[in-house]
Amino acid sequence: MKDGSKGGFTRRDLVRGSLVGAVGAAVGVKAPEAGPSRIGPGPAPLELTVNGAVHRLSVEPRVTLADALRETIGLTGTKVVCGRGACGACTVLLDGETVCSCLLLAHEAAGRPITTIEGLAAGGRLTPLQEAFIAADALQCGFCTSGMVLSCQRLLARNPKPTRGEIREAVSGNLCRCGTYNHVFEAVERAAGMKKADAGTPADLFASRFPAPDSRLTDDPRVAMATREAMDAEEV
Amino acid sequence: MADKLRLGFNGKYQVKDVAIALGDPAPWDPSTKFSVVGSRVPRLDGPAKTTGAARYAIDVRLPGLLYGRILRSPLAAATVKSIDLSAAKALPGVRAALALAEPGEKIRFAGQEVAAVAADTPERAEDALAAIRVAYDPLPFVVTIEDAGRPGAPLVFEGQATTRSSAGDMPSGRKALPREGNVLGPRLTSKGNVGEGFRKADAVVEGTYVTQVQTHNALETHGLVARFDGDELTVWASTQGIFSVRDELAEAMKIPASKVKVITEYMGGGFGAKFGARIEGVTAARLAREAGAPVKLFLDRKEEQLAAGNRPSSVQWIKAGATKDGKLTALHLIVRGTGGTNGGTGTSGPIKNIYACDNLQVEEFDVFTNAGPSAAMRAPGHPQGSFALEATLDELARELGMDPLELRMKNDPSEVRREEFRIGAEKIGWQTRDSRRATKDPAVRRGVGVGAAVWYNTGDTGPRATVTIHRDGSAGVEHGLQDLGTGSRTMVAIVAAEELGLPLEKVSVHIGDTRMPFGPASGGSTTTPSSAPTIRRAAWQAKRKLAEAVARQWKVPAESVVIAGGTVSAPGDPARKVSWPEACRLLPDEGVAATADRAENHEDAWKRFTGGAQFAQVEVDTETGKVRVERVVAVHDCGIVLNALATESQIQGGVIQGLSYALFENRILDRQTGRMVNPNTEQYKMAGSLDVPEIEVILVPVWDGVNNTHSVGIGEPAVVPTAAAIANAVSHAVGARIRQLPITPEVVLAAVDEARAKGGRT
Repeated sequence: MKDGSKGGFTRRDLVRGSLVGAVGAAVGVKAPEAGPSRIGPGPAPLELTVNGAVHRLSVEPRVTLADALRETIGLTGTKVVCGRGACGACTVLLDGETVCSCLLLAHEAAGRPITTIEGLAAGGRLTPLQEAFIAADALQCGFCTSGMVLSCQRLLARNPKPTRGEIREAVSGNLCRCGTYNHVFEAVERAAGMKKADAGTPADLFASRFPAPDSRLTDDPRVAMATREAMDAEEV
Repeated sequence: MADKLRLGFNGKYQVKDVAIALGDPAPWDPSTKFSVVGSRVPRLDGPAKTTGAARYAIDVRLPGLLYGRILRSPLAAATVKSIDLSAAKALPGVRAALALAEPGEKIRFAGQEVAAVAADTPERAEDALAAIRVAYDPLPFVVTIEDAGRPGAPLVFEGQATTRSSAGDMPSGRKALPREGNVLGPRLTSKGNVGEGFRKADAVVEGTYVTQVQTHNALETHGLVARFDGDELTVWASTQGIFSVRDELAEAMKIPASKVKVITEYMGGGFGAKFGARIEGVTAARLAREAGAPVKLFLDRKEEQLAAGNRPSSVQWIKAGATKDGKLTALHLIVRGTGGTNGGTGTSGPIKNIYACDNLQVEEFDVFTNAGPSAAMRAPGHPQGSFALEATLDELARELGMDPLELRMKNDPSEVRREEFRIGAEKIGWQTRDSRRATKDPAVRRGVGVGAAVWYNTGDTGPRATVTIHRDGSAGVEHGLQDLGTGSRTMVAIVAAEELGLPLEKVSVHIGDTRMPFGPASGGSTTTPSSAPTIRRAAWQAKRKLAEAVARQWKVPAESVVIAGGTVSAPGDPARKVSWPEACRLLPDEGVAATADRAENHEDAWKRFTGGAQFAQVEVDTETGKVRVERVVAVHDCGIVLNALATESQIQGGVIQGLSYALFENRILDRQTGRMVNPNTEQYKMAGSLDVPEIEVILVPVWDGVNNTHSVGIGEPAVVPTAAAIANAVSHAVGARIRQLPITPEVVLAAVDEARAKGGRT
């Protein structure tokens, strides 16, 4: 946090907040040079710089960064799943590093550059990573996707040619319940230019696609029937 | 009319006469050259989901929106003495408060709903919960099957069991069952005579297999946003069935269904637990009505773990007999399971429906405990049933001195699944599995195991869709379906594009709104086989209407107009041939539209159960007990695959959930307090990126002719055999039987000790 930074949240604001704020459950914000200071517990002014835009808010000190982004600013691409930093769904980039926005208070992020999932596709153009996620089907329900993409984005920024093991590590804090992990690994490899996108051919997925009709089935004719009887057997 | 259809798989067909309903296209012939169907189509909502633009129900923001929260009982069993909402109501920003239990009402699990509030911020709603004063008389409780079954155990239900039911819950049986204390049942299924079967057997094995409670943990929690406009209710819900939410809310709020509108644009997973409005949905609507403002009420993760559903546990005793040539002679299963305050804990699907056996007996008991109610979870009963059954087959094979795969092939009546076993065995290297048990590290053993899948549903009537062909040559589909993340939206586009002969980008899809033609609830793996034939039928009819419009212009009979390959023509008349866009320009302003209902299933086609076979290869550290799954080969059939990419994703997901169930997941209740001790995502461990193996998916197309697209669902079969295959692989690795899930290091080390004690190979 820099004093006098443009649109930033300054120690002066903190002090002012502490004067306005009543007693009670206040949250201390580090301001070493000025000594302890407090804001709250009521709503306190705050400026957040998200995806390059400055948002002026007034939120209680206890409001998490995730809730400020989602409920106050309306950037709902950031998801909250566990609410305790264990699943990575709320991942955003703060000062370029991945953080769990559910574990940070909004006021702690004042004046620091925040990138959310909405900030990646500048001018409406998808990043190569986002395109690779789509091509590899690295998403199903999509609820973990924002966090996954940001974790992978951070990885590629630091390490443009990651190994499979490094990709696994990079998203090890991102929980996916639909089971997209293998496709996420593939998406990162595609975005890194390490795996060629296939031409959309289904060839090797199918055991046999349109083989010539040449023989008769030998399915036991009782299959469907016998098993169906069992399934439908009256409860006795 | 009856068509002669070629039905079968893998180049082997039979010709069957199948009656086709009027106005329905005949199922595709195996010679069909598809343009879109069967290819790898990236999902249409990929851009929205990768940019954060996709708006889920939990993302909905409205002017004046309030935040709802539910207060839950901290006690596993109690009588509510009083609920005092006055202090909560007096807090700033609190706009509504409701009691959800009456004085004198019994609390049956820790996490049961007691009261609810709505306030102008989430934090103030939280404050209000803390201000509600509830007095309870604590009661004794039971949270384990063993405790619940003891004589004199505290009763979860004194009188009639009032299990919760919402659309999609497992039925507890069609007729009243006897109940003794907390134990309901048995539900009996019987075929032949197991006593005689066991007498004929040359080898008999028996064992008891235990499985844990698994929670669904869809990442988007349960809940909805409710807004009244006068007497009309609009709801944005995270649901697997928008129409079931509509109907339950209409009933609960005593308003006509026609005045309730439910919207699900995007949905963060369900896995079986999200049908109907449920208590939290009704509560949101009640709070919205009381406050006169819209209310968003979504559960947090802890609530989700406590009260939003689970896969019941099981204790399965199973006995099997076979002749020395490997023919099964008798199968007997007795299972007790607990779904907390719900029933429906049976596990008999696999034993009844996979391997052929003339003598079968099943006895299923539901044991009530003071724990959160179960809900249908991805292939209810099947992963647990498969685990016990497939372990038993391995035991039987060992007793017979027979290869476990050979024993399965001998008893599997399904030619499709036998082919799947063959394919999978080759890919995993089944023949060399014994020689690969040793690894470079003497403490680490490798094992390979197998399990079979079964599922039943081919979709059903009910769905309706409208397809419109516009004058500019584009087309639109309206279908009240929700996409849980399975790719349903994309499936709809694929079927319409295929039938109309259009590129995907010319088809727009509108789903997720109850004002649209009725779509199926997404459960039982029925979505695709219910919707796809509906979409195809509507598109086929819209196409006929285009042909009729063109025929009128050309003054030829409509039957003589053919639409194929992007052109509309009257064959034999070279002058009468125009491109699709030119033909569409002949349409009136409103274009042409057809609304169609799904036709009945073709009972005279090759109707059959869905198969599948999975093979797992694991490494087991016999010193630490840690299991690492190296590879899974998943060979599945789901009729004709509409989207190869999404199908592969579904199977990947099923395998990963199955692995997670096999090795990690476990709801743990404290016997002293009756509370869940791991209601989160770090102590309730689920598979992460470091745990997933290489998964090879292979699909076997089946032309079953049951509906006009030969489509079958895959969500559930994909999860059925994974835990069984992994458990059998671990047993193979350590040389002793794994009889308990999850396969924790403790379970593995006990098996290692058992193997050493009997002088077996370790």
